[in-house]
Amino acid sequence: MGWAFVGPFMAVFLLVFVAPVLYAFYLSLFQNQMVGGDKFVGGANYLQALGDPQFWDSVTRVAVFLVVQVPIMLFLALFAALALDSGRLRASSFFRISVFLPYAVPAVVATLMWGFIYGPRFGLFGSINDFFGLDLAEPLSSSWILASIGNINTWEFTGYNMLIFYSALKVIPAELYEAANLDGAGTFRVIRSIKLPSIRGAIGIASIFSVIGSFQLFNEPNILKALAPNSISSYFTPNMYAYNLSFAGQQFNYAAAISIIMGVLTVIVAYVVQLSGSRKDA
Amino acid sequence: MKNNHRFRRVATAALAASLLVGGLAACSGSSTTANAGAEGASAEDIAKALDTETTLTVWGWAPQLEPIVEAFEAKYPKVHVNLENVGTGNAHYTKLQNAVKAGSGAPDVAQIEYNALPQFALSDSLVNLKDFGAEELKDNYTQSTWGSVNLNDGVYALPQDSGPMAMFYRADVFEKHGISIPTTWDEYVEAGKKLHAADPKAYITSDTGDAGFTTSMIWQAGGKPYTLDGSTKVAVDLQDEGAKKWTGTWNQLLKDDLLSPVTSWSDEWYKGLSDGSIATLIIGAWMPANLESGAAGASGQWRVAPMPTYEKGAAATAENGGGGDAVLKQSKNKAAAYGFLQFANGPEGSKIHAANGGFPSTKADLESESFLNAESAYFGGQKINEVLVQASKDVVPGWSYLPFQTYANSIYSDTVGQAYGSKGDLNDGLKAWQDATAKYGQQQGFTVTTK
Repeated sequence: MGWAFVGPFMAVFLLVFVAPVLYAFYLSLFQNQMVGGDKFVGGANYLQALGDPQFWDSVTRVAVFLVVQVPIMLFLALFAALALDSGRLRASSFFRISVFLPYAVPAVVATLMWGFIYGPRFGLFGSINDFFGLDLAEPLSSSWILASIGNINTWEFTGYNMLIFYSALKVIPAELYEAANLDGAGTFRVIRSIKLPSIRGAIGIASIFSVIGSFQLFNEPNILKALAPNSISSYFTPNMYAYNLSFAGQQFNYAAAISIIMGVLTVIVAYVVQLSGSRKDA
Repeated sequence: MKNNHRFRRVATAALAASLLVGGLAACSGSSTTANAGAEGASAEDIAKALDTETTLTVWGWAPQLEPIVEAFEAKYPKVHVNLENVGTGNAHYTKLQNAVKAGSGAPDVAQIEYNALPQFALSDSLVNLKDFGAEELKDNYTQSTWGSVNLNDGVYALPQDSGPMAMFYRADVFEKHGISIPTTWDEYVEAGKKLHAADPKAYITSDTGDAGFTTSMIWQAGGKPYTLDGSTKVAVDLQDEGAKKWTGTWNQLLKDDLLSPVTSWSDEWYKGLSDGSIATLIIGAWMPANLESGAAGASGQWRVAPMPTYEKGAAATAENGGGGDAVLKQSKNKAAAYGFLQFANGPEGSKIHAANGGFPSTKADLESESFLNAESAYFGGQKINEVLVQASKDVVPGWSYLPFQTYANSIYSDTVGQAYGSKGDLNDGLKAWQDATAKYGQQQGFTVTTK
């Protein structure tokens, strides 16, 4: 009887999740060559990936991105959520919607928009540099490009994370605040002792989403590549590497191996983040 | 086995077709029917196929294909052509490659540029048009375009357009600063320095790194970086004398910031072409139509001159872009598909192509009086085709592309592009490109040698 209830879910789960993963794993055990055709190679693609400097270069890049961008974004989101929750803002619903609005802009459009702002000659940056006769940083140069992408992502996803935090803050029982008030606790004491501990779960969830998002970085660099071809390589992120290997290089099998490795890596990192979050609860 | 099976199917279809319309085609009996190869067809078979109800699918993005298809359908009302634009350049090749790999879904005919042709021809995706008698058409096309479709002793496409390189320049900008038109690369570098000194916003040309441009420049300098031996042995040498000649010139422009850092085909690029901040373009002969539509504001200011050379007076140029149409092995109606090629890439199609702004590869069109003498108002009344047609005769012979050129081009920005980005030595970039290309070739099962 139980299976009947789980059945529809299981069917879809097997079809759209398990089957593609298994197929990718199957693909990753083969090699297809322009000269020689298909052959079974076992774990050779995995061994090759583990020793592939371009693959590790891309993994390192998203790891740096994760360590720098995710804390900044989550801190901003938390700050905005606490500000909303404080009840001291005028026009707080306008504030809320305007911080959230970037999330509603499709990533492709957002990236194009920022790309035009970043442009050294036609963009806002170029105009500012021209007007003041300055030679500020060029956001599309290879030394700044990762920070520029981080900025786009922060702009896009701060509002989304803010809503997660804000909804968690909303369900804190009002009695706790009354009690704190009677005990003479100030605003910052309330934040530290009541609000933050109560939304630890939400912070954990937001962190895991952001970790996964960082590892899957693709849209933004792939679109900016058209504007800055020499700053963004074809192996800028693991996803871009897999994409270019399979669709420009016809190396479907090797790309499948890389995807599987990235999937496993992401699960491990997300699990570590979750563990370190839940340990504080104990 | 698979091939055998397919052959039988084609043979049966051809037999059935010939029984049906056997009586109709008796009038075209003069041609030879003996040499129809395994997948080929004689002129009669082709004529029959064009007189049978069929649908052909054609993939291509050239704007001239549309009027050509219209004219074709008017002449052969029984053949319906589905012209599909599945993307431009690499996007198109990716879809084509995927369809070939999947074993179904490929079109009957596809537009393929010269630099991508070896990839499809050598991987056995295309029909060898020799089996249809394409060898007879050799003399209709320029030597360099025929050389580009003639691979490993087969003919894998019929040429459509060509892009012999020339120097497009802004007469007004050169005149304003009193700079003479360069004829050698040394003069070109000098002109670049003078121009940028006179007007810091103006550059001799724009270049942020482009694989097609780089290979064409090496071609002109006499380099032969890619050599094929059979269909599995490849030599890559991006450090040969030709490559060094080019980097010797281009490094000077790069190092001294004399190249406008504007990406080609961007809005900003067209703006630069309009306002004169990009003073010359070294590019294929198909450029005039693009200039007229993209930089309309500069009407009357542009002129064409032969491409600068390394030795004064020794004319030399290279092909830049251009391509033809090929028949896919997956096609179920190869005879009709070849019939389409004969029309589109033959005298009738090439006239329509030229009339719609394309630069032809057919000698008859290139040498026709009306083509040579056409005065372009956009170019201030200059007879630009005189210069461009001469360029098509000065192409350095003996060039070939890699059987995996589209992939090699896709990793160009990872390697040579880095040298552009950091204003480093282009030679180091070419070395890195060579090594990355060779590595890919080896992974694909080729025997690759590098210098």
